[in-house]
Amino acid sequence: MRLAIDNGRVIDPASGIDAVTTLYVGGDVIAGLGEAPTGFVPERRIDADGCIVMPGVVDLAARLREPGFEHKATIASETRAAASAGITTLVCPPDTEPPIDSPAEIELINRRAKKATGVFVYALGALTAGLKGQQLAEMAALKRAGVPGVSNALRPMGSPLLLRRAMEYAASHDLTIFLHPIDWSLASQGCAHEGQVASRLGLPGIPEAAETAALGVMLALTEQTRARVHFCRLSTARAVDMIARAQEDGLPVTADVAAHQLFLTEMDVADFNSLCHVIPPLRTQRDRDGLRRGLKSGVIGAVCSDHQPHEADAKLAPFPATQPGISALETLLPLTFRLVEEGVLSLVEAVARLTTGPAQILGISAGALATGRRADLCILDPRAVCEIKPETWLSQGRNTPFFGWSLNGVVTYTLVSGRIVHESTRT
Amino acid sequence: MNTTGIVSRMPLPGPLPSSMQLNEQGRLRHLLTIEGLPRALITEILDTAESFAAMNEQAVKKVPLLRGKTVVNLFFEASTRTRTTFELAAKRLSADVLNINISTSATVKGESLLDTLRNIEAMYVDMFVVRHEASGAAHFIARHVAPHIAVLNAGDGRHAHPTQALLDMFTIRRHKGDFTKLRVAIVGDILHSRVARSQIHALNILNTGEVRVIAPKSLLPACVETLGVHVFHDIREGLKDVDVVIMLRLQRERMEAGLLPSEHEFFQLYGLTEERLALATPDCIVMHPGPANRGVEIDSRVADGPHSVILEQVSYGIAVRMAVMGMIMGGASGGGANA
Repeated sequence: MRLAIDNGRVIDPASGIDAVTTLYVGGDVIAGLGEAPTGFVPERRIDADGCIVMPGVVDLAARLREPGFEHKATIASETRAAASAGITTLVCPPDTEPPIDSPAEIELINRRAKKATGVFVYALGALTAGLKGQQLAEMAALKRAGVPGVSNALRPMGSPLLLRRAMEYAASHDLTIFLHPIDWSLASQGCAHEGQVASRLGLPGIPEAAETAALGVMLALTEQTRARVHFCRLSTARAVDMIARAQEDGLPVTADVAAHQLFLTEMDVADFNSLCHVIPPLRTQRDRDGLRRGLKSGVIGAVCSDHQPHEADAKLAPFPATQPGISALETLLPLTFRLVEEGVLSLVEAVARLTTGPAQILGISAGALATGRRADLCILDPRAVCEIKPETWLSQGRNTPFFGWSLNGVVTYTLVSGRIVHESTRT
Repeated sequence: MNTTGIVSRMPLPGPLPSSMQLNEQGRLRHLLTIEGLPRALITEILDTAESFAAMNEQAVKKVPLLRGKTVVNLFFEASTRTRTTFELAAKRLSADVLNINISTSATVKGESLLDTLRNIEAMYVDMFVVRHEASGAAHFIARHVAPHIAVLNAGDGRHAHPTQALLDMFTIRRHKGDFTKLRVAIVGDILHSRVARSQIHALNILNTGEVRVIAPKSLLPACVETLGVHVFHDIREGLKDVDVVIMLRLQRERMEAGLLPSEHEFFQLYGLTEERLALATPDCIVMHPGPANRGVEIDSRVADGPHSVILEQVSYGIAVRMAVMGMIMGGASGGGANA
């Protein structure tokens, strides 16, 4: 289909474009910007007056729950939700059941994703066999099957020695390693930030040092092995400082943060709200502010959803017995844009942390709007109010602590490979 | 027939504010935690308990206040002593009592806590007395039970044990009267203790002069001073001039978890002995929520000595639990025993 998107504010951090103009889509690529390519006759015109036209969001962490947890969500349901939220590429961590530790699981995910909306799904491969943290996974086979990186997700590595070997091996195969800086021994049985709220509620705490101690070891091993490491889901201000120093020292490390960590703190757990039960836990205001600063400075290159859809029962139990995680695909974009309203990020920075930033971390060419690039984009109406009403969501997971929030920014169109995969009925 | 209890409701996860334990008139609807209770309400509970305590000393120990009501002791964690005092309290108010012990292994078999609740509330009961190993369990149950059922927290994880704290306040008040001039020290495993948390809240709500905690760092929760206590690591300093010493039970698991080297060393450093007790005021009282580990946190000579009020605590426990049950279900207050 030939498409003209008129009068939108086109923002593409990759090329530095920020202008009100017309963007042309022909077939599955961007055919031009500004002037129509010669002979281009659009079959359809979209009026994007007052809207933002930006690259499709690249989400570094979204659990699709398939295979293994189809009672929570499916690839079909969650990619549909992603499309409606302006997300055109997403990464699923390897902690499915069975874990993604061989090409067979990747083929299955690819097949189901292709049959769904067309949103691009990249599976991370397991760092260790079965994610058991005992023996390396067959990373070269995973690489051939197309993984952009390897990770042990939220499972402990048997020892720092094994982690070192895994990093060396991954580096030999030019694979980025996605590490969660959590010392599981220090985290113990904790379910909330070790601080005044957890102490008052009698919840077993996860100390700040669970993150910084693990990060310290991982940074030392990065220096040793020169592996390319991406740190997932930072939760503490100190970790941001440590990564900033490592980046200054020239270590090949990047980091991301989950959108909810930029808004919620331990105080939100104060009423035993199981919807705020996440790992790593919500920490202090100081940590939240440090994460915001790290995002602004670029030390943290990406905001991700850390989407973890659950069935209602998973959250209906006493707090420590509930399953951690937030259903977050459909709040990622409006929450990140909220940071612009709050003066934390410029609009271009917000778009960059959702598109070029994560695309660079993945080493993929998505997240840009230049002529000739694949036409993955979304149109967002920043004036429209997005009421967070999980009952209207496409995701099967309704577990959000943001219900009732009113945020600005509604995705009116999402295009994947030049095809309209979402068209808002609300405007 | 009243069917409100078995109307199907779609439960939704969300915040579980402690404010739900009071109704619009500020009366007790549930008792989940001491935190946030108005001082006047705590005083009223203690006053009501006074009248029941007097009654418990009489030959006929029963009033018809809760006749026709059914109290379910729902214990997900074994406890004979606490359950017994709740049972006695309910029976002395003429309520029917049902004891249900659910080992957590049974719930692991697939029945969720909500399913368990739905099944029991379908039996037309009026109150759940709940003990559970998870912090927040009583709040969760109070939020999701049928609206006519009251929930009384008999201990949730490390979070709260409000009736224990109330009976401790009752005991202190009987011996000391005014809280504002008192120094109270809580000694031992504060980290894992729901009793300590509830005591600290109660003491502070009652404007206690000074609340101290005495323990090694490995047995103190993070930011413990934000609860409103002064922290001591040395028992000799901490006991100086205190009017009330509350010893906490030390569980053997703490050694295995690496929090302490040994029971022996704990007793050497934190055990309450006659010699250490001499640092407190001469008429200091010694309390323990029981069961005491003699020779671990407390010397037998102190536990059985003239300063000990440990057995009084047990008998006052019944009066306090009667007061709370009576106030929640029978509208008792002040002269509740005469109702």
